Amino acid sequence: MKTVEFREALREAMSEEMRRDETILLMGEEVAEYNGAYKVSKGMLAEFGSKRVIDTPIAELGFAGIAVGASMNGLRPIVEFMTFNFSLVAIDQVINSAAKMYSMSGGQYSCPIVFRGPTASAGQLGAQHSQAFENWYANCPGLKVVVPSNPYDAKGLLKTAIRDNDPVIFMESEQMYGDKAEIPEGEYSIPIGLADIKKQGNQVSIATFGKITKVVLKAAEELEKEGISAEVIDLRSVRPIDYETIINSVKKTNRLVIVEEAWPLASISSEITYMVQKNAFDYLDAPIRRITAADVPLPYAPTLIEVSLPNVARTIQAVKEVMYQ
Amino acid sequence: MAKTAEKTEKNLKFTKEQYLHWYESMLLMRRFEERTGQLYTMQKIKGFCHLYNGQEAIVAGTVSATKKTDKHITAYRDHVHPIALGLHPKYVMAELYAKITGCSKGKGGSMHIFSKEHNFVGGHGIVGGQIPLGAGIAFAEKYLGTNNLCVCSMGDGAVRQGALHEAFNMAMNWKLPVIFIIENNHYAMGTSVERTSNVHDLWKIGLAYDMPAKPVDGMTVEAVHEAIEEAAARARRGDGPTLLEMKTYRYRGHSMSDPQTYRSKDEVEEYKHQDPIDKVLDTLKKHKWITDAEIEKIEAKIKTIVEESVQFAEESPYPAPEELYHDVYVQQDYPFIKE
Ligand SMILES: Cc1ncc(C[n+]2csc(CCOP(=O)(O)OP(=O)(O)O)c2C)c(N)n1
Ligand SMILES: [Mg+2]
Repeated sequence: MKTVEFREALREAMSEEMRRDETILLMGEEVAEYNGAYKVSKGMLAEFGSKRVIDTPIAELGFAGIAVGASMNGLRPIVEFMTFNFSLVAIDQVINSAAKMYSMSGGQYSCPIVFRGPTASAGQLGAQHSQAFENWYANCPGLKVVVPSNPYDAKGLLKTAIRDNDPVIFMESEQMYGDKAEIPEGEYSIPIGLADIKKQGNQVSIATFGKITKVVLKAAEELEKEGISAEVIDLRSVRPIDYETIINSVKKTNRLVIVEEAWPLASISSEITYMVQKNAFDYLDAPIRRITAADVPLPYAPTLIEVSLPNVARTIQAVKEVMYQ
Repeated sequence: MAKTAEKTEKNLKFTKEQYLHWYESMLLMRRFEERTGQLYTMQKIKGFCHLYNGQEAIVAGTVSATKKTDKHITAYRDHVHPIALGLHPKYVMAELYAKITGCSKGKGGSMHIFSKEHNFVGGHGIVGGQIPLGAGIAFAEKYLGTNNLCVCSMGDGAVRQGALHEAFNMAMNWKLPVIFIIENNHYAMGTSVERTSNVHDLWKIGLAYDMPAKPVDGMTVEAVHEAIEEAAARARRGDGPTLLEMKTYRYRGHSMSDPQTYRSKDEVEEYKHQDPIDKVLDTLKKHKWITDAEIEKIEAKIKTIVEESVQFAEESPYPAPEELYHDVYVQQDYPFIKE
């Protein structure tokens, strides 16, 4: 085993795959000469050269579209969005081209492409730099949406995403890039679509994904001290969603809290709530509760961020409420 | 004889008062941003923070060559634009501090400075996003028959966005009263203009739309003023947009967290020798329009304004939690999802 930062885990995944397959390339703003805005691609230009590690102008619609076109014609691009906030400039090509191509062409043209970068808030960055997009992309058939929560998962899932023959949205966080964890020395991969139980428990289930998993694990630790045994389910991907793992957990604990950073309307938590009430209604001892970001564009002031985002205290409170404590 | 002639010639275009005004205005921008940089390092200001040092002549010359009723819009390098338009710097500083007294109530932050009162329409964080907005603001002025125009600024990196091309085409086709300014400070984050395109003369982008376009020395306030004056006359005549590529330089990193490995210290120093504020001061001194005592007085006055701004920001409260649901909809009783 060895200890790596989240950003190194991502870099290892990309580099290993690029060594294996010449058709894989990395494209995005500042990915090459600047070594990545968040240093994820550090050293990759030196290893792979400018043919395969490509700096683009600030032209998301153009380079996303070029990458989709290339993916339809023999290449396997990895597109880095400096953040997913800027993917909105490119979203037409992601949704209307990449996601729909295989279906529209009756299975003739697939798009083996990965769009990756950080999503959601990262401090006091203001409304235009703080949006969580997991549910936006998860809504769209044709895409897969992967949201890892730690370096180990990040590497294994990114390798799978790169090898996947369908378009994959891979979402990270500026606030996770420095997180450290042990990973195996050798290569490994993790299948897309399987949730991971990050902590076993039997009194309440908490489903979450991505950066917020850390918040939930912290809350579960606090709850444990108070004698409440929470099971923490990290979805790892939000399209597809591993409903089975959630439902099995709910059948055991009879209670569910869902925590995510997206806005509430039509969020991942709304979706899970529907599926759980449909498939495990008789097992529920309390209404399902969720914690999302507040239903507003994220403001800049720390006092407003504090009351906007999911946190440990709100998670604990929701858990206690479903336990009628 | 020769000396008098030269003086008269200079005097023809710009007065002593104009130079003094430029000097004060630009020095205030510089000192405000220097202080902002310090406060950021002290973690009084958070988030992304982009300083304007080196580029002051562009805002100063633009403001002096336009009317108070004209509109201005730019990207996230936006702290000093509203100040030059007359907003007291304390409201910008309070915004940077995320205080409720800030010009965007502490909700916008460094990248989203707005002042409707001073016709400053932001403050935009998505590169290129403000380009169609600027054209749209001009569209409304034309539609309403005001004879005002919109000055729409963008960076050299922003010109590679598709939105620019769509907006330019319509602005030209519909003869919108807009002045597009490219603040070419040579870098978009760590990427030089040369690395993003074959077209390095950015003003030439206008030619594809038959838009009057030209390069301007953005380190010289007189040159900026004259170019804007000409473009403003065109817009007000109903002849539509102009594209001005202002050649300039940012002394500081892209944002406060930029190691600046993509350029040499010598390059930065070279530009500092053409400092736009020094140039104005030289002119003032050459004509004996300013004494050393007056220079000191201006410095002291600006220092006081900046320190007052910091104090105001320090002493102001953060937005209370109840503010969260205010200003999201104009509708007062919008039913938010609160669980
Ligand atoms: C659509 C979009 N893509 C990427 C970014 C990240 N970003 C912020 S500023 C910037 C560089 C812009 O450079 P330029 O237009 O030259 O303006 P300058 O910062 O030099 O004033 C980039 C890539 C963004 N904010 N929006
Ligand atoms: Mg620039």
